Amino acid sequence: MIEAVGLTKRYGDKTAVYNLSFQVRPGAVTGFLGPNGSGKSTTMRMILGLDQPTSGQVTIGGYPYRRLPNAPRQVGALLDAKAVHGGRSARSHLLCLAQLSGIPARRVDEVLGVVGLQDVAKKRSKGFSLGMGQRLGIAAALLGDPQVLLFDEPVNGLDPEGILWVRNLMKSLAAEGRTVFVSSHLMSEMALTADHLIVIGRGQLLADMSVKDFISHNSADFARVRTPDTEPQQREKLTAALTEAGGQVLPEQDGALRVTGLPLPRISDLAHEADVRLWELSPHQASLEEAYMRMTQGAVDYRSTIDQRAGLQQPLPPGVTPPQPMPVPGQGQSGWYAPPPPQQGGQPFAMPQAPAGAPYAGGQAAGPYAAGPAAAPNPYAQPPAAPAPATPDTTQRTSEDPR
Amino acid sequence: MSAIQVVRSEWTKIRSVSSTVWTLGLAAVVTIALGTLISILSKREFDSLGAREQVSFDPTFISFAGMSLGQLAMIVFGVLVVSNEYSTGMIRTSLAAVPQRGTFLFGKVAVATLLAFVVGLATSFVAFFLGQAMLGEHAASLSDRGVLRAVIGGGLYMMLIAMFSMGVAAMLRGPMLSLGILMPFFFLISNILGNVSATEKIGRYLPDQAGSKIMQVVTPFGDDTPYGPWGGLGIMVLWVMAALVGGYAVIKKRDA
Repeated sequence: MIEAVGLTKRYGDKTAVYNLSFQVRPGAVTGFLGPNGSGKSTTMRMILGLDQPTSGQVTIGGYPYRRLPNAPRQVGALLDAKAVHGGRSARSHLLCLAQLSGIPARRVDEVLGVVGLQDVAKKRSKGFSLGMGQRLGIAAALLGDPQVLLFDEPVNGLDPEGILWVRNLMKSLAAEGRTVFVSSHLMSEMALTADHLIVIGRGQLLADMSVKDFISHNSADFARVRTPDTEPQQREKLTAALTEAGGQVLPEQDGALRVTGLPLPRISDLAHEADVRLWELSPHQASLEEAYMRMTQGAVDYRSTIDQRAGLQQPLPPGVTPPQPMPVPGQGQSGWYAPPPPQQGGQPFAMPQAPAGAPYAGGQAAGPYAAGPAAAPNPYAQPPAAPAPATPDTTQRTSEDPR
Repeated sequence: MSAIQVVRSEWTKIRSVSSTVWTLGLAAVVTIALGTLISILSKREFDSLGAREQVSFDPTFISFAGMSLGQLAMIVFGVLVVSNEYSTGMIRTSLAAVPQRGTFLFGKVAVATLLAFVVGLATSFVAFFLGQAMLGEHAASLSDRGVLRAVIGGGLYMMLIAMFSMGVAAMLRGPMLSLGILMPFFFLISNILGNVSATEKIGRYLPDQAGSKIMQVVTPFGDDTPYGPWGGLGIMVLWVMAALVGGYAVIKKRDA
């Protein structure tokens, strides 16, 4: 078990990690999430005793790493896939690590087989792709058959087959009763792999809960309702009826309606009463990615802006109007993913212990809309032409933006 | 237990990169080739030398003339052994496996030092014998007084140069910075300080100038150096120890 208590790390006047306390339990995959620069790697380095915390402490099985007996047999880590001498072969790299930990050389060939690098074992790692580097790093972490495993962004650069393999590997390691701590900035990946989540932003703890709780607390369920495209007045009618009954209704780009706050049978009844035919009535769940974005949006350090290309553009010949670029959703609009602040409470997301309103209620419903087509995990109900966020959508977005 | 593991691991590391062969090979080849060349030239020049110079003619030291250049390759070897860990990021993996950082650093230094000594000693003997063969009738013999000390000292000198570089690299971490400081220091600053009369007295306490005293058999005419060959080597050892202690303090304290 990994336990951090009040972990803080400062570099000069920049605080990388602040007052972080969490536990990583054995027998489960614990996902460690946060935007770039949020302190994930710093925390990992502190767990491994590479960086000294400014205050607080982190222990593995009750010991600080540097005093852990037989540390390399207890803990395996993948920190950086590129942290390999390029001139050294994969096998030599693993061999020197094995010897450093007192692990027999035959184990090296074993792990090379496990990660599927046996054919390139004698090749210099200089020529390895990022994915092969990740496999080599995972092999190094597995060398000592450790009870505690740390992986920093293990799926970076892996192909789909590799991602699936890593996912299953993590799960099987956890199923064997090991402690598995995996960092990532991809919520969707963690939702599939992890049992428990620790989310940090700007070095501070944002959430520490099971994936199940995270899903039920942070993803607003909604219903997709479609009235006949040929009769727009039916849509207006239904919108009015649903709003009157206490639901929140948001139009989608393709003309469907996104309804929250009303159960499906009630929507059907209301439509029936209003004498509106329905083409579609389907349950949906907003993606976790979006809940995660909402949670961390205040804590993102590096935000992209529009590329101005000053001085790079050709002067236009006289009389030619410059082409109007089509706006691309998510580019240059701060808070594209960010929905309007939920409710009056100002609680940016729901923690299990926090008495924030039911996931169905209130302004959170606006969230799913903001992510557009990305937030519809149910392929069954997906109309074929959905992902076409063109100009009208963006204008709607900006007018809706509170800023 | 972990010291032996570190040594085994470091031996694998040093064996499995080609820079080891290149740097050590270059150090040997340059030292031997240049020493031989200067020995040939010295033999031709001998008759035109003044009486004083002929008296203080030191055939052993002349055959080691290539060391001033060959030591640069030795410096590169020492720097790369340590700073490779930092430039590749391997240091994190290594220190995660050996949380005892002192054991790690000194295990690494021990392996590289031993290798540098073996190569240095072989280089020294080959340079001596080839040099003496070129010098003909002016040649010294290994059984002459002080000659064996000088030849073994040549190996020790190369080893200490590599150790000093490892200590400096452990302090500075990056290969570029370490080489950028060590190369001009040994190639220029030390020579300039040693040859300008005003700074000569300071210059001879620098590691390379003090250490190279061990390779001298005949004291040059008018030399007033206050220490002998072993004293000079002792001064160099102090420099090496200072560099290694500094490197140890850095690796112990700083975040990897």
